[in-house]
Amino acid sequence: MSAPPDPSSGAPEVVALPDIDICDLHKSFGKLAVLKGIDIAVQAGEVVCLIGPSGSGKSTLLRCVNLLEAPTSGKVVIEGIDITDPDCDLDAVRTKIGMVFQQFNLFPHLKVMANLTIAQRKVLGRSKADAEAKAREVLERVGMLDKIDEYPIRLSGGQQQRVAIARSLAMDPDMMLFDEATSALDPELVGEVLGVMRGLASEGMTMMVVTHEMEFARHVADRVVFMADGNIVEQGVPDDVLLRPQNERTQRFLQMVKER
Amino acid sequence: MDTDGAGEVATSSAPLVSTRTGMSKRQRARLIRYAIYAGTLAVLALIVFKADWAKLQQSFFDPEIFAEMFPQVITVAARNTLIFSFFGFTGGLALGLVLALMRLSSIRPYRWAAAIYIEVFRGLPALITIILIGYVLPIALQVRVPGIYGPGSLALALVTGAYLAETIRAGIEAVPRGQMEAARSLGMGYGRAMVSIVIPQAFRVILPPLTNEFVLLIKDTSLLFVLGTTEETIELAKYGRDAVNDTFNGTPLMVVALVYLIITIPLTQLVAVLERRNKRSR
Repeated sequence: MSAPPDPSSGAPEVVALPDIDICDLHKSFGKLAVLKGIDIAVQAGEVVCLIGPSGSGKSTLLRCVNLLEAPTSGKVVIEGIDITDPDCDLDAVRTKIGMVFQQFNLFPHLKVMANLTIAQRKVLGRSKADAEAKAREVLERVGMLDKIDEYPIRLSGGQQQRVAIARSLAMDPDMMLFDEATSALDPELVGEVLGVMRGLASEGMTMMVVTHEMEFARHVADRVVFMADGNIVEQGVPDDVLLRPQNERTQRFLQMVKER
Repeated sequence: MDTDGAGEVATSSAPLVSTRTGMSKRQRARLIRYAIYAGTLAVLALIVFKADWAKLQQSFFDPEIFAEMFPQVITVAARNTLIFSFFGFTGGLALGLVLALMRLSSIRPYRWAAAIYIEVFRGLPALITIILIGYVLPIALQVRVPGIYGPGSLALALVTGAYLAETIRAGIEAVPRGQMEAARSLGMGYGRAMVSIVIPQAFRVILPPLTNEFVLLIKDTSLLFVLGTTEETIELAKYGRDAVNDTFNGTPLMVVALVYLIITIPLTQLVAVLERRNKRSR
């Protein structure tokens, strides 16, 4: 599988394309409108945290970025490629977008090593040796190299999530999506996963992070986006949004989070 | 709470000691269990003492007839039963997998076609399907399934496929959605994700019902007699019945019964081992 030709290439770019560019995105499940016209762009190297009450549409928005959820209307453009165009090679674009799920979704029938190599081999066509070398490298990065021969079930939640992050990294993605990556973890295991995510951010990975960890958002995000009822209500640098929210919905939400 | 003993306890919500019999629940349960054991032993003893062992042996365990059946009962009859079972099951598995994927397809005509097929071939008695393939097909369409094992194996595969389709579909649906999503997010296409990620997990889930289907199929090969067996294709049950007719003795049926069990019991045990091993990684 080869990367699709970039339709915008040819003329030298003056302004760098955003990694993720979403225009007027709508998503409905039956009659229920979950996203009501979202516009957001994420620049290369930028870390954007999506926060908001449950049901606000932040997870759906994230799942639209790699089209796990097909938008009802609107455009999703990844590195200049419109992936909502039915003719685009979606699978090739998806290899550039790592995704980490709340429930980890490791492949339970495969050991850690095979979890990391299967897509490298079947999708990227890497040799066994290359794939395994890459797997070792990324497992080392998340501190899980010693579990390479275990089945996922034998690992704690935090360890599974670190392996899941490594599995995405093994594909050499340009950007990563985190869908409540720490929400299913016992409190004492949250830190190790956030630590890995913080490391990625500091290395310049483009990240879109749906999270309830306000401290993480404040210290790691370049931008915090607050969503409610399928709209972006407020966004800006973390200290503005989280410490001096302008919108009344944001204020109420942050107040409730604080009281937790 | 209540310290002054026996009689008073019974009045609380869950009496520890029945006032009527003076027995605790556990004592009563044990008594009932012993009664069941005694009853069972009595029935067994009755059978052992009442049975006419000499006549039984003569009619069902005649050593001469027993000896005469070997080695053909194994080299021909059991072998044919296994050949039909093998082709019937592999064919049924392939067909069932295709039908299951069609049932789960987003394309409506595929879903319909699979549903109709499954309803028809699951609803028909296997005997009728066998006759359809063996007799109706050649007459209606001048299509004769090639090979001496061809028609029988095909008919069994068509029936087994219908049953397995539903089993496999249930197995695929039992795999959490997140597995498909994780695979797709890594850039795998739908088919690749199915083959590498979802189907292997589905088969672990359905290993027990799959074994069941295989055992049922082994026994269903006995229906192939309607095709008119030759010396080459005769399977166990027919072989046994023919021998009963030849000898006017029940011994061949007992031999055949034994051979069926020798085939099926190791199979189910093997699957039990596989299942235990699977549990460790899940």
